[in-house]
Amino acid sequence: MAIINKDVVIIGGGPAGLAAAVQLRKKGIQDIVIIEREKQLGGILRQCIHDGFGLTRFETTLSGPEYSQRFIDLVEEMNIKYITDATVIDLTPEKKVVIVSKKGLLEYQAKAVILTMGCRERTRGAISIPGTRPAGVYNAGVAQSYINLHNTMVGREVIILGSGDIGMIMARRMTLEGARVKAVFEVLPYPSGLPRNIQQCLEDYDIPLYVSHTITKIKGHSRVEGITVSQVDENMKPIPGTEKEYDCDTLILSVGLIPENELSLACGVELDDRTKGAIVDENYQTTVDGVFAAGNVLQVHDVVDFVSLEAEALADSVAEYIKAGTLMYCKINIITDTHISHTIPQKISGEKDLKICMRVKKPFKNCKIDVLQNNIVIKTVTMKKAIPAEMIQIKIKKTDLKSSDIIKVVVA
Amino acid sequence: MNQVYDVLIIGSGVVGSAVAREFSRYRLTIGVLEKELDVCCETSGRNSGVLHGGFTYKTGSLKALCSVEGNEEFDQVAAELDVPFKRTGKVVVGFTDSDMQSLLKYKAIGEANGVPGLEIIDRQRLEKLDSSAGGEFAMYSPTSGILNPFIYTVALAENAKQNGVEFYFGREVIGITRKNDIYEIITNKDVYKTRWVVNCAGLNSAKISTMLGIEGYTIGGFKGEYFVLDKKVGKFLNMPVYPAPGPTGGFATHATPTVDGNVLIGPDSALVDDFADYGVTSPAMEKLIIDGQKMFKHVKREHFIRNFSGIRPKLINIETGQILDFVLESRTEAPNAINLVGIESPGVTSALPLARRAVALLREKETLLPNEKFNPNRKGILCFAKQSDEVKKELIAKDSNYGEIICRCETVTKAEILQAVHNCLGVETVLGIKNRTRVMMGRCQGGYCETRIAEIIQEELNKQATEVLYGRGGSTMFTGKVRG
Repeated sequence: MAIINKDVVIIGGGPAGLAAAVQLRKKGIQDIVIIEREKQLGGILRQCIHDGFGLTRFETTLSGPEYSQRFIDLVEEMNIKYITDATVIDLTPEKKVVIVSKKGLLEYQAKAVILTMGCRERTRGAISIPGTRPAGVYNAGVAQSYINLHNTMVGREVIILGSGDIGMIMARRMTLEGARVKAVFEVLPYPSGLPRNIQQCLEDYDIPLYVSHTITKIKGHSRVEGITVSQVDENMKPIPGTEKEYDCDTLILSVGLIPENELSLACGVELDDRTKGAIVDENYQTTVDGVFAAGNVLQVHDVVDFVSLEAEALADSVAEYIKAGTLMYCKINIITDTHISHTIPQKISGEKDLKICMRVKKPFKNCKIDVLQNNIVIKTVTMKKAIPAEMIQIKIKKTDLKSSDIIKVVVA
Repeated sequence: MNQVYDVLIIGSGVVGSAVAREFSRYRLTIGVLEKELDVCCETSGRNSGVLHGGFTYKTGSLKALCSVEGNEEFDQVAAELDVPFKRTGKVVVGFTDSDMQSLLKYKAIGEANGVPGLEIIDRQRLEKLDSSAGGEFAMYSPTSGILNPFIYTVALAENAKQNGVEFYFGREVIGITRKNDIYEIITNKDVYKTRWVVNCAGLNSAKISTMLGIEGYTIGGFKGEYFVLDKKVGKFLNMPVYPAPGPTGGFATHATPTVDGNVLIGPDSALVDDFADYGVTSPAMEKLIIDGQKMFKHVKREHFIRNFSGIRPKLINIETGQILDFVLESRTEAPNAINLVGIESPGVTSALPLARRAVALLREKETLLPNEKFNPNRKGILCFAKQSDEVKKELIAKDSNYGEIICRCETVTKAEILQAVHNCLGVETVLGIKNRTRVMMGRCQGGYCETRIAEIIQEELNKQATEVLYGRGGSTMFTGKVRG
């Protein structure tokens, strides 16, 4: 097998991979290839035909395909090499990338590898929903693919479990195609998707949302015939006696997204148990030298614009890495209190301005988020409302840092 | 149907498929009637996938004889039929003095049954065999193993089919009559005629017995639930880890590696009335986690990818409640009927030995002529993911469909899926493709590939979306087109 040398191999041609490629080229890196397993570039945006994309990145509202097309056009214009219908089956710590395609087995040796594989949906099995296993139980993203890409309708009488954004978007989508969406149930005491989706996808269509509820039984021999829901207590355990029955032929699950890090693990990248994505420094470099990660493979985002922006910031670092052969050592760790779920990055050098991304674990009103070093507040942000569904970004200037001590982010 | 078969087999679980294959060694016309849309939909496919050693069954019983015989020959069977199989050995672990007594008892029974190599080992030895196994000591059974029960049943059925057996799916037997020495088997669809009938109906074997005129059997459905764990923890488990049987005998929840690299945790055991309800329940799942952790220390929620359940058809003495041995018989009240009742665990291990005994029952009455064209070998679908880079290259060069990976979690290619879609039994369900190729069995559970598989079925079999079935009859996946 002939080995092809490349400066940068980008795994995944979705919004993160495309943005990284374009930005790398802008920074003068020529020798790039994007590997995409689908027939076309664009990633999951291909099936996201609703609008609302691009408000931050392009200051206009676009559909998913329109948003990705903006980057695809640039990739074409800039003559950036990409391969579609190609699946990476192995990635080594030495940055050897093995690909299966119809043309055969390809092998690249990269100076830097960018991981932009996105995420996958959590499944029924992962959350162990009791009941039978009939046809008609679909993950929201799968249903979206059937309806928007395959012109295939998955059901007529619909219940949705989970108030994630895709679930709510599918509630509206299926309603528009003539299905009856009876209710959305959320196990948490608050919705897990964005407020704008609650308004535009549920309230505008009179679809009720019940928080602190979960499905305790799926019924049906061949096809879903109904479900039982129960209220849950503060520990999210079903409360006996609160069961309610619903007839339906379809159950849509929108119960969370998991970064898709099988290849990252194959090359030895260390993951953060909280994000299920890589541990990265301010350059988005993982624990493996020359392997970088951005987008939903790193942390699940709520808005695609931030995926692209993150990938562009990553590309700036990768360009520097290619030119200099190394990047600044990052030894300052960032930790959190129990109210913040995680931060990206997890470590910094202290020699650069940076942005810390985080989420709160539960909703807060009129709160302050403090960034501390040695118990001294170095930055504070006041928020009217902080909710888990919305990623919070705090900019820190190099001059804000007082020392090379550990950084702690807390809800004050 | 006017054709009169020599032999009709009711049920295409592992036993029915093995019986079909063994009868196909002879010059007979053979048919199989199955109520589901594929082989192996019930008990045969819903178990731990273990090749049993044969040390827990009463000496001299059919369970003991057939499992020891089936275990001994399985290397050859697996080679002939291209079935994924590993002779991993197995440990039955204990914590207390009474566990030790139980292990010593079963070691003695095993030795009487002719199970080779059984030994009691200490924690140190257990640690070496499998460091993630629970237990202070164990009985080690070196001949036990693991196999893929779907592929084994498919392989038996496909081999039978290649040797001339006809399979009819979606045929539920609803009545049996006998006129002029010919049985008429009435199904929900049509009527079949045969000189001999073999009852391999598993959970429904007592029901079919009654239709044959053989009264008095009671099948107890013992349901067991399982968790399937991610391959990430599969590498930690080398062999099945079972707890020492309690005073009433029988195994509780165990941890079993699968030949594909997952881990199964289960089953529990509960008597149920509904033999078609494979639902899983919350209390059972909670208990499985607790019991499973005693056997295998890596049982964690984050590694759960699926649940399933199976129902073991145990023949019960209705007065004493005692679980009885396998029944394999030919009785005067039903001449030319071979009746298999209460075939539960170790049914997968015992399938071929039982099948040979079924053939012997027929041979007592009729001379059997060999089928000169019989070929005992069957080739399965080559698993791309398990090949070397060199072989992968050759495969893609030969057929570019090997270069298209459809299932990312299990690295299953379009070439493999096409072979499964065009399987020789004519099975057309999504589940049929899943069980033959492992698509949708990984951690994303079809999130990525299910849409593509549904599309391939429509294209290759020329079907409308509304005709695509998930698994059972009526398991329609789609209601139609969105537009147009």
